[in-house]
Amino acid sequence: MCLGIPGQIVEIINEDMKLAMVDVGGVRRAVNVAFIVNEAHPVSACLGDWVLVHVGFAMMRIDEQEAAATLALLREMGEYQAEIDSMKTSDLSTGAPS
Amino acid sequence: MKYVDEFRDPEKAKTLSREIRHLVAGIARAKQRPLQIMEVCGGHTHAIFRYGIAQLLPDEIEFVHGPGCPVCVLPMGRVDDCVALAELPHVIFATFGDAIRVPGSKKSLLKAKADGADVRMVYSPLDALKLARDNPDREVIFFGLGFETTMPSTAMTVLQAKAENLTNFSLFCNHITIIPTIKAILDSPDLHLDGFLGPGHVSMVIGLRSYEFIAEHYRKPITISGFEPLDVLHSVWMVIKQIAEGRAEVENQYGRIVPRNGNEIALAAVDRVFETREFFEWRGLGSIDHSGVRVREEFAEFDAERKFSVPNLKIADPKACQCGEVLKGVIKPQQCKVFGTACTPEMPLGSLMVSTEGACAAYYNYGRIDTTGLKKRAPSEATLVTTEGAP
Repeated sequence: MCLGIPGQIVEIINEDMKLAMVDVGGVRRAVNVAFIVNEAHPVSACLGDWVLVHVGFAMMRIDEQEAAATLALLREMGEYQAEIDSMKTSDLSTGAPS
Repeated sequence: MKYVDEFRDPEKAKTLSREIRHLVAGIARAKQRPLQIMEVCGGHTHAIFRYGIAQLLPDEIEFVHGPGCPVCVLPMGRVDDCVALAELPHVIFATFGDAIRVPGSKKSLLKAKADGADVRMVYSPLDALKLARDNPDREVIFFGLGFETTMPSTAMTVLQAKAENLTNFSLFCNHITIIPTIKAILDSPDLHLDGFLGPGHVSMVIGLRSYEFIAEHYRKPITISGFEPLDVLHSVWMVIKQIAEGRAEVENQYGRIVPRNGNEIALAAVDRVFETREFFEWRGLGSIDHSGVRVREEFAEFDAERKFSVPNLKIADPKACQCGEVLKGVIKPQQCKVFGTACTPEMPLGSLMVSTEGACAAYYNYGRIDTTGLKKRAPSEATLVTTEGAP
């Protein structure tokens, strides 16, 4: 819940609802990007951003090299398996109202 | 030194370990009693045990495991409230997986689920919102839990529910705040802390300024720390260096994630939806003034405490359970009478044994059992003797 996991934004799902698809080590899920956007960095500019994801929200933009190093280390140590499992089991395909 | 291999930079870990020993040797008060450093955050507790960080430190440094594991500080009465809500007809009760096994006075949410309540594990509050959209004839209650790390996400979810005019979504708000809690710890006569490792991801949201009273008023050093083993070791070095140089400052080891001002968008969402409670009840620590938040009147329709009748009873912990004393650092996990016997991660009696961030579960999983087959010192044993002799 509090750990957070680095991922890369690979698709903007819904600009108005500030929803984007994040790839975390091959696992994809929709996350809300409201906390990392402003006038200088709108939703459309988030494509390709590396972010720290907490409970379905991108909380902070992070450096790509830093994200890669963190992911590699944590994957090696098996530290993030639970987080990824919980992402998978509770997949929110779009998060938008249908 | 087996664990050093798991650090991002093993050479740096060795250097830090050596530097810490060198610094501690020059600190006069470390000769009378161990220097006590509280890691506030459960993520750090986990890292300390998982990577055997205490084994890289001299005996004169002792970790006091702080209250920063939201699941661990949840009082039994609140778990009972969750169960009562979950067992209401037509309710889907959505919770983070971390909380599902915490024992209430009669049962956990997991047991309630087995007994027929519709309890769903979700990864995100947004998943609970989706449940509400997909089940318009049911009432979906999300169990909001955690410090400032998860609080903005819950706030944003409530804002989203309002924007969509959802009428069947509500929040059972149990969010708590770190600053009043640290203040309560500093005011506690039981504790004589020498410094703090500050929580990394809470600070990513709240920034650094809120911690300044610790340095200015209480004259204690604090270093905001990342969660990798090297981060924790580096932060210990920074705290010890402050002590050695007679400084008390707020330092940021986790600058790659934590900005000085925190996340202002997240803080604005929190402020919009939540207001401070007069007090909040903590497991083991009792009632702490202003340490929790509730939903503002403006969002009353999304507040499960207003929408449903919540029992809100104060339930004492089981007599044998010593979670409170462990939480305050008065005893070590393995000194608890039921540790590893009546209370195990499989059958937890106390909340500290439930979460992997709880001191007892971490100690049980990584500290107590020697998985390598080699004789090695359990992380806390060496400090145990000195603790008892401490003033």
